[in-house]
Amino acid sequence: MELDNLYQEVILDHYKHPLNKGLSDSYDVQVHHINPSCGDEITLNLSVEGSKIKSITWDGVGCSISQASVSIASDLLVDKDMDEADAITEQFIDLMHSKGTKEGDPEVLEDAVAMAGVSKFPARIKCALLGWMAYRDAADRIKQSGSARDHRGSGQ
Amino acid sequence: MPLDVATIRQDFPIFRRTVRDGKKLIYLDSGATSQKPEAVIQAEGDFYRLHNAAVHRGAHQLAEEATDAYEGARSKVANFIGAQAEEIVFTKSATESINLIAYAMSNAPTGSRFALTSKDRIVVTEMEHHANLIPWQQLASRSGAKLSWFEVLPDGRLDLNSINSVISADTKVVAITHQSNVLGTVNPLEAIVARAREVGAVVVLDACQSVPHMPIDVKKLGVDFLVFSGHKALGPTGIGVLWSNQLDDLPPFLFGGSMIENVTMESATWAPAPKRFEAGVPNMAQAVGLGAALDYLNAIGMENVFEHEMQLTKYFLEELQKVPTLKIVGPLDLENRGSCISFTVGEIHPHDLGQYLDSQGIAVRTGHHCAWPLTRKLGVPATTRASLYLYNQESECDLLVKAIVDAQRYFA
Repeated sequence: MELDNLYQEVILDHYKHPLNKGLSDSYDVQVHHINPSCGDEITLNLSVEGSKIKSITWDGVGCSISQASVSIASDLLVDKDMDEADAITEQFIDLMHSKGTKEGDPEVLEDAVAMAGVSKFPARIKCALLGWMAYRDAADRIKQSGSARDHRGSGQ
Repeated sequence: MPLDVATIRQDFPIFRRTVRDGKKLIYLDSGATSQKPEAVIQAEGDFYRLHNAAVHRGAHQLAEEATDAYEGARSKVANFIGAQAEEIVFTKSATESINLIAYAMSNAPTGSRFALTSKDRIVVTEMEHHANLIPWQQLASRSGAKLSWFEVLPDGRLDLNSINSVISADTKVVAITHQSNVLGTVNPLEAIVARAREVGAVVVLDACQSVPHMPIDVKKLGVDFLVFSGHKALGPTGIGVLWSNQLDDLPPFLFGGSMIENVTMESATWAPAPKRFEAGVPNMAQAVGLGAALDYLNAIGMENVFEHEMQLTKYFLEELQKVPTLKIVGPLDLENRGSCISFTVGEIHPHDLGQYLDSQGIAVRTGHHCAWPLTRKLGVPATTRASLYLYNQESECDLLVKAIVDAQRYFA
């Protein structure tokens, strides 16, 4: 059934047992994102050390796709260099906009390739992107802030 | 008289198609937009095929025919709600109708009963669609008027205990929905209109979910303004209605062609209502299509449509509540209730449930239904909504219930 293409086991697993859910006490940046079409909400905490992502924690309400996607993102991007995380994020966004024509590179996207089926359901793409957009917003704020330049500088 | 649903469904070409790999279409989303009978599609097409010309202008036969068709549609709308033709303004949507009222009030001269200041108050309810909330938030912000609202009780009814303090002496506008597009609640207009009268406030009624589904006579409602959209009443998109018997006292909102009496380089004066509110070439084919839709509903009879939906709503409420963990969000009884039925199913997110139902050919709406403050108040992030119309039948409820149970297994 076409639906199984959307709701891969990996996605339902992440939905039922989300990773990094529950906000950390300390963070460098906190962002709150909303999907206005369905009311899904997510708060995401990002901590970095130099240019490396130290932790991503989150909390929110939403459908299985949005919850699983942020769970996958938080697990995949942690411990990555921010530039690498940006590249992964770009690949994921590209996959979501592929209208089912791409499968995604498992070497890069790991569990996130399970989201490939979402790209065939236009109404759900925003669900899948919610957590990633929150991450990208948080990362942009880190990069833009003065302290972030120090972080990045110390890592080089 | 019971409706012959099988025959009615034959009038709607869309029910001949299938969805999601050959599934029969179970359309339970008429609260968002209704499907269209062949007669409406034909009327809209015929306007373009046979009569197309700009109304109220050209000196030729087509312009005459177009004007007759457009003004004929206005009369049909008026008859449908017990009004006079000159009390009907065509807009592009109910949303535009409400914005028209709010902006016209902004344009009202100081001292006019429609002019608001920081001494005045606008009253809405917590169950308003964004279309009947945000225009009033904005008018409050432009005029300095205060915004208050009736709260919604856990049973989905308005809390009228504090009616005299909510509609206070300084209230100038009471904007309220006739029937909630989420809860199905039909609001107690009599008490609210009576209190609004006491303080001299005008009542604006959002009738988007009532005019298509029950007999309406504006003379009996006692409100000052009523709006509804054509596309929820079997008509085309792009056509909305504003009714008022006080249009002559209201200044215009949109300015341009057709709405004037006289124009010089320095200034202009306005045509009488309703033309004063219809600047530009209007959505003519859509108005004509709406006229055909109301003819169709009249032929069936709005009493019969209402009775059919009530019986169906009773069946849906009963059957849905047999599903474990399913909770109806809204009134459980049929008293003052329409056929929008929102619910939650255990921990399954409505978006996931909607996706599963779609895979079975069942079209519902999920989310906050453009009434975000209401879903927040009710403490649910979102709901799933089945909304019914004259072409729905009990067998579709049975399929919905079966699919929900299957979804519970799928997401378990």
